[in-house]
This record gives sequence, structure tokens and C-alpha cells, in this order.
Amino acid sequence: MRFALLSDIHANIEAFDACLAHARARGVDRLALLGDFVGYGADAAAVVNTVMRCADDGAIVIKGNHDEAIERSGGYFNDQAHAALDWARKTMTDEQKRFLAALPLRVDEAPMCFVHASAASPHRWDYVDSPGAALRCVQAADAPYTFCGHLHDQILYFETTQRRMSAFTPTSGTPIPVHRARRWLAIVGSAGQPRDRNPAAAYTLFDAAKGEVTFYRVPYDHHAAAGKIRAAGLPGALAYRIEAGV
Amino acid sequence: MSTQVHPGDKVDGFTVESRLHVGGNGYIYHVTPPPERPSPFPLVMKVPGIGAGEPPLGIVSFETERTILPLLHGPHAPRVVGSGDLSVRAYLVMERIEGESLAAIALRAPLPAEEVARVGAALADAVHHIHQQEVIHFDLKPENFIVRASGEAVLLDFGFARHKRYPDLLAEDTTFAAGSAAYVSPEQLQSNRSDPRSDLFALGVILFQLATGELPFGEPATYGGMRDRLWRIPPPPRSLRADVPPWLQEIILHCIEQDVDRRYISAAHVAFDLRHPDQIALTNRAALVAGAGFGRQVRRWWHAFRSSTVAIRSPALPADGATVIMVAVDTEHLEDERHLSLQRTTRAILSLSAEFRLMVVSAIHAAPLGEGEQLDDTASGKQREHRNRLRRWVEPLRLPPSHVSLHVIESYKPAETLLDLARLNHVDLIVLGAPAPSQRALAWWRSAASTVTANAPCSVHVVRVHDDRARIDDALAGAASLDERAGTGTDAGS
Repeated sequence: MRFALLSDIHANIEAFDACLAHARARGVDRLALLGDFVGYGADAAAVVNTVMRCADDGAIVIKGNHDEAIERSGGYFNDQAHAALDWARKTMTDEQKRFLAALPLRVDEAPMCFVHASAASPHRWDYVDSPGAALRCVQAADAPYTFCGHLHDQILYFETTQRRMSAFTPTSGTPIPVHRARRWLAIVGSAGQPRDRNPAAAYTLFDAAKGEVTFYRVPYDHHAAAGKIRAAGLPGALAYRIEAGV
Repeated sequence: MSTQVHPGDKVDGFTVESRLHVGGNGYIYHVTPPPERPSPFPLVMKVPGIGAGEPPLGIVSFETERTILPLLHGPHAPRVVGSGDLSVRAYLVMERIEGESLAAIALRAPLPAEEVARVGAALADAVHHIHQQEVIHFDLKPENFIVRASGEAVLLDFGFARHKRYPDLLAEDTTFAAGSAAYVSPEQLQSNRSDPRSDLFALGVILFQLATGELPFGEPATYGGMRDRLWRIPPPPRSLRADVPPWLQEIILHCIEQDVDRRYISAAHVAFDLRHPDQIALTNRAALVAGAGFGRQVRRWWHAFRSSTVAIRSPALPADGATVIMVAVDTEHLEDERHLSLQRTTRAILSLSAEFRLMVVSAIHAAPLGEGEQLDDTASGKQREHRNRLRRWVEPLRLPPSHVSLHVIESYKPAETLLDLARLNHVDLIVLGAPAPSQRALAWWRSAASTVTANAPCSVHVVRVHDDRARIDDALAGAASLDERAGTGTDAGS
């Protein structure tokens, strides 16, 4: 079984489509969409539409903090994020909003655990941004493989012989053997808003049979996505972030 | 989980024959392949030692080797033909390397300097090829090298290795001291597993051993004993064996510098120096004939003790950077305007390289023997003259002598000569001139530049004089006249 893991699409339909096409060309059996479908970008309705179709086809779909903010505006968001969320609320149908509101925070399918932020307390939206946070996450996940998003960078944490977690920065396209004898936590990267100064969309493949994880970066028409943000009258900084990958 | 196999067992079709070796990193058996999968070379099976009485890192080492070894290509590592999963049956079937173990060669040490250089260059070649593939071995020692009959060296046992593109499963593992007591680098003792120059330290210890028959830091049995190398200055090889030539001592001490930044930057440079002793710029290292005095050692110990850890700079050094650069200079036509462009381009390239080795090469026409002339006189006189011309050519670049070597080679086929030299010396970049406008009438494919560009083992920078329309017109006119002559039976391409 080959899984494609996408997270933090953030209303960027160009990036979403590019990752889906890239994954399908590699013979993916199942999708896992790890949340934050809306926010920042201009195409919330189109992205959620695609997500709903994927869900009908059996995709695992998880709720992110931006998706949660659609139903109840709370939490910490900066002004630009607020503007994008307002825009999303205006452009989405009630059915789409109900779909997002009903999504789970965590899905377990042995030997895998899927979550948007940390499995330790998914509703608190903690970032897995240190070996300590990674350890708390995999302990709560209680599975050999944990997949999450929220943090926009691609990172692979692995368990050392002393039961600590160690971070590794993967290279795009290099399949990494991940043996079940130890625990692994993959932060799959952001499809719609990468922040490592590389505008290419990020996603991850997991081959459960071979025990192999491959991180990918997929170039796409990010200028088109940025142009739509400007055309929608959203803050220019959000368009710039897509163009520069920051 | 069963790890042991016995003669006669069948493992995934491989038939286990006799046991060949028991080592710290597992058991090695002869095996024969299944009849439907014949192998063009003999095979061995490696099985990790797992369980009571076995090293605790056996599994991790096996996992590491099983990841890295199949990724390596080239003649310097055994080819892998099959492997078994840890959770079912852990094994690795690979090529059995025929040759002499470096451990056997080391038993004959001290070896003559020429032999140390020859064997050492082969070891450095192997290390460089591994480094080029983004792998650091981290456990170089005589037991892990086999020298084939051809003289080529092969590296074994990648259980402690690290590949830049894969998670380092041994990272942050404080339960093991990495490497082998006599050869391990100071930074490995401080759990730093990110610098390819750690392998150059171990390589230097091996060269020291081959040249003197002794180990520079002994074979400490304790971790504290190993840490001595963080401060202790090793005895210069010439203090142990007076006939070690200064150039060899220079190379050895350059490899085993305690400070990573004072070591060679690349195994390619070590191989280069071992092959060109006459080109080495000797420093204080070469002159040492006595070990450091007691007072100096005490001061270094006190310094190391107070700082408790030696500061390690962020390494991030690419093992595959363009560090050996070869420039082809036509010393037979020095008045040529292309020389200025070639010098300017070379200067620009070097200004981008933090650390480099520049080979300046002139391939001259082989000297024909005149009436009654001695081969040696004529050849060496011509060699000297062209060498002087190369020296004058390189002078304006104002480079430290340790970074430059000059090579005059007589040849009937200059392009082939340049290519051979580039392959032998692990050149990363060749810089050479394009054919001059007057030569452009000849087919491009007949030029030395085209042959080198087509067949080089590395990148090639072809330098062209920035020319104007008029010169191109001249060249076209020249081409027309050549065509006419070709029509009358003259060979235009010669």
C-alpha cells in the first residue's frame, strides 16, 4: 500500500493539483490529507471541493487549526491570516463548512497514526519543533509511524537506541528505509505554503509494504497562485510568501 | 529472531558454505547463489551478531550497512546481491573481494616510502570515491581494506558509515565510541559524525603505520586513553625511522592534524601528493625530527583539560566540491591572446573555491630524436624550458606554492593525455582554451577541446576569447580558403 501524505495546502489549488498529479504518476493507492486546507490562499472553495472528492474515494482526511477557525473564530491568527479566513468563509458553501467541521483531529490505522499537529494533544495545535516534542508526539501516537503537518518544513524524526528522537532533514526524491523496529515521525511538509525559501510544493510518499518514506518537492505555477491572492484583494504579503517560499 | 546460520543452510536460495570470519561486526560465510541466479563473482554472506554476548550495536550497524552498501557503486566497495529484513532474517550477500588484506600488508611494515606512497594512493582513491558518493566511512583501519592484485583498494564494513541523504542511526548514540581505538579521529571521540575529514585522520594513521611499523597514538584500551589524541602531539615518523623522506612525513602529519581545519580538505589531495612527491610544498611538518618537548605537551594537555571539549566548527564541507582544478596551458604558443582569457577565468574560478589544488598542465609534442642526440638530454631540456614557461604563466595568479603543481607532459595525443591525468588525479574541473579563431575553420570535433569536453570524467570549462564580428568574418574567410585547398587535395584538418 502506497500512501501520499499532503498537509497545509492552505487554499492553494495549483500546488494541490501539482502534488496530486505527481503522486498519481508514482502509483499511489491512498491519500492522507493532514489538514489546513484553507487560510492564506485564495482558493479555499476549490481546494475543499477536491478534498471532499478525495474523501469520497477513501482518503484519510484530518482537521487543521485553520479549518477549525472556519467554524469558530478563535485561536491565534495574525491579521493576514484572519483576512484569508474571512475570505474563505465568504466563498465556501455551507456544505463545505459542515464537511470541515466534522473532520477528526486524529486517525489511527495500525501501524500508522495521522494527525495535523502533535498526537500528544491534537486540539492544542502544539508544534513538533524539537526532539522533545517529537518524543511526546510518538509516545502519544503509540505507533511505529506517525505523520503530521502544521510545521511547514519537511523533517524526519527517528528513534535512537537510547529511545530519544533525532531530527533529519531529507533530500527530495531519496527513498529512505524506515524499519518498524524503531519509531518514526515524518513531518510531511506544506503543499501550499512552503517556508524554506523554496517555493516548490512539498508532500511525502510512504510505501508501507517496503517500509520506505520519500519526501518530494514539486515545482508548480506559484505565480498563478500568488496572482489569485492579489486579485482577491487579500494582503499582498500573502502573495509574496507564495512567490518567495517564506 | 534467529541470526545464526550453519554450513548447509539455505537462506533465500543462497547455500551457506564454510564460515570465513568472525568479527566485531558479525559473521561472514562463503555462500553459493541459487542456480537460477548465477553470480559472475564469488559471494559471501554477512550475518549480524544479535543477542547475548554480542555487541549492542550489532543491529544498528547492520541496518546502517544494509542501507548504505547497496547505494555505492564503483570498484571500491563490494557489490551487494541480496539482503534479508531485520524482522525476518538479517543477512547481506555481497561480492567476495579477492586480494590481500591491508592488515597483512601492515604486518610487513615498515615499508619503503615508494610502497607506502603506492598503496596509500590506492587507499586514498577508494576513500575519495566513497566521499564523492556522499558517504563517510568512520571506521578506516587495515582490517577494512583489501588491496586487489591490480593495486586497487576496496573498502569493507560500512556498519559505522554515514550517508548524507539518510538518517544517521548512530547519531547522538553515546553508548559507542565510534571507530577503532588506534585510528579514530579526535572529533569522532566528541560524537561529531559529520565531517569527511575524519576519514583522512584515520588514513593518516594507516600511512604512519605503514611507514614506521608503529601507531602514532598507540592502541589505547580505554576511552580516556583515546582522548589523549585531543591534545598530544604524535611523534614525527622521522623520529622513529630516519629514512622516512620529508615529503612522506609532510603528508602523514598533514592527515593527522588534531584540528580538522588544518588537515587535507579531500582524499583526492592526499592521493595527489602521494603520486607527486616532487610537487609537495614542504612545511615545518616535514622538518620535525624529534617529538614535542615535555613542556609543550603539558601546556597542550592543560589547554585541552580546561576547555574540556575542543571547539568544533560547523563542518558543512562538501566532500564533492570542485577542489582539484586542472588548467591546460599551451606553452608552445605563449604569444597567443587566449592566455590572458585563460588566466582571467582561472582567477575567477579560484576566487570561488575556499580550498583547492590547481594543476597547471602543458601537453607538448613529443620531442623527435635528432641526429646523434641523447633522448634524455633533449627531452629534459625541453621539459625544463616548458616548465619555466608554466611557472611564468602561473605567477600572476599569486598562489601559495602548496596549492599549485606544474606538469609538462610529452605526448602525441594531447587530449588523451589530459584526460588520463584528470582521471588519475580526481580532477573536478578542467579549464582549457577553445580553438583560436584561425583554427575554427577546422571541424570542432577534431579539436583537443572537443575531445576533452566529450570524454572528461568531470566538468569542463572551455574558455574563448571575447571576439568581435570582424574576427569571425576572418575565420569564415579562412574556412573558405581552406575548403578550396581541401578541394585540391590538401588535408585541411591536419
